[in-house]
Amino acid sequence: MQTAAVDFVKVRADFPILKRTAHGKPLTFLDSAATSQKPHQVIDATSTFYAKHNANVHRALYELGEEATREYEGARERIAAFIHAKTAEEIVFTRGTTESINTVAYGWGVKGSISKGDRILGTVMEHHSNHVPWHFVKDLKGAELAYVDMHDDGTLKMEDYDTLLTKQTRMVAVTQSSNVLGTINDVREIAKRAHEVGALCLVDAAQSVPHMPVDVQALGCDFLAFSGHKMLGPTGIGVLWGRKELLDGMEPLHGGGEMIREVHLGWAKWNEVPAKFEGGTPNMGGVVGLGAAVDYLNALGMENVRAHEKALTRHALEILGGMKGVRLFGPKDIERRGGVVSFDLEGIHPHDVASILDVEGICVRSGQHCAQPLMERLDVPATSRASFYVYTTAEEIDRLAAGILKVQQVFA
Amino acid sequence: MSLDAYQDRILDHYKRPRNFGALDGATVTARDTNVVCGDDIVMHLKVADGGTIEDIRFQGRGCTIATAAASLLTEALKGKTVEDALRVDQPFMEAQVRVPLNAARTKCMMLSAHVLQLALGKGEKGKF
Repeated sequence: MQTAAVDFVKVRADFPILKRTAHGKPLTFLDSAATSQKPHQVIDATSTFYAKHNANVHRALYELGEEATREYEGARERIAAFIHAKTAEEIVFTRGTTESINTVAYGWGVKGSISKGDRILGTVMEHHSNHVPWHFVKDLKGAELAYVDMHDDGTLKMEDYDTLLTKQTRMVAVTQSSNVLGTINDVREIAKRAHEVGALCLVDAAQSVPHMPVDVQALGCDFLAFSGHKMLGPTGIGVLWGRKELLDGMEPLHGGGEMIREVHLGWAKWNEVPAKFEGGTPNMGGVVGLGAAVDYLNALGMENVRAHEKALTRHALEILGGMKGVRLFGPKDIERRGGVVSFDLEGIHPHDVASILDVEGICVRSGQHCAQPLMERLDVPATSRASFYVYTTAEEIDRLAAGILKVQQVFA
Repeated sequence: MSLDAYQDRILDHYKRPRNFGALDGATVTARDTNVVCGDDIVMHLKVADGGTIEDIRFQGRGCTIATAAASLLTEALKGKTVEDALRVDQPFMEAQVRVPLNAARTKCMMLSAHVLQLALGKGEKGKF
């Protein structure tokens, strides 16, 4: 249930790690786009699973095994409802966004009907995990890759998209929210236009599902990939959502136990979706933890989460945008950007920025953010990035601003 | 890491790197990048017939530690021999830089040493 207003300062008390210090200063964790911190509800749910319900899922005939299966499949149902999947079968558990996209690139691309000259269309702002799997399809099947450019403000050139979206295009693979620029792309419109030429649309939702309401029916996309660890859940667990009929037609990435209907010497028949894609004993604790993370986010209300992050981003753009020698990347329009603020300090290398902020207890990411093609497009070697989540406060952003002044003093 | 890494001596080598720029008559040159951050260093050496390093210069872009370490390295090796240069390792670099660094920043410090070895035919490009 969504509450009208949430006290986000109180939320911090749920996160044990936020009580610790770094270099003797309060921990100011501004790297949630890399991985989020975990509330005790998630840590406890995972630990309770192992303490009380652990047995291999889908196999055991004894009661304990049934409990484990109930916990596991119950989480799948809640995660399906969270993104408005039609059925829980459309939720495939993976190790994370990377494995989700690789599952499609392999099962639909490499082992599918893609042939020489078929086009896969990406954008310049994709994370490496939405670039490299498609390179495989190019290398193994002769698919042609093309990329939609962006305007200097970090928004996609939609006219460029229309030109590149040829009749040969079979897949449009796009991020819903950039992990560097914060740009929120209009994937609903992108998917609609893709369908007009008969192409499918895969959405990298690693930076959107954790931060805003996401409804796969409303988006109208065909595949959606996201990671548990960026949405308060454990590491090593993620989701591939796909339309049932598409998943049915795809070949599995992993062969092994549980993904088969029958196995003989030399051949096998696949199991039904989603088991077909979940070969081997799955990350049961991870799934249960991700289920608890979804419960936690539902209790906050995703509209409230988005509103909280919008307010933080507005504050960050105002305060950092007003500072001398600070260059900000990405759209200025708060409606079109998530809680990610990449910046560059004139004459100061991003590594030095991160190292000096670290002394103040402030964690920011500096580097290429797994988006080297985007760094080349921006013509910068690297950037520094602050990113926010449910536990971030405006005061932490003020601390970042004070930290930036200190960095600038060191180099003055 | 602490702010000690950013003492004046290091910042001075970053802002006013010694032996920075192209080298006319260089006998060997090598270039490589730190894939973590995109830092890019080129080393030029002018080696005399007897193996003496007559001149050494560097180019590229890097953070404070990468740049200052490269600058200090060129100072330390001018007039030394190729044999000396081949012995440049992490303890040698630490002795030049003399500030506390964590593991990630130690890599920044070692970029120029890696490129130096490449120039002398040791190590492998792209394997830093």
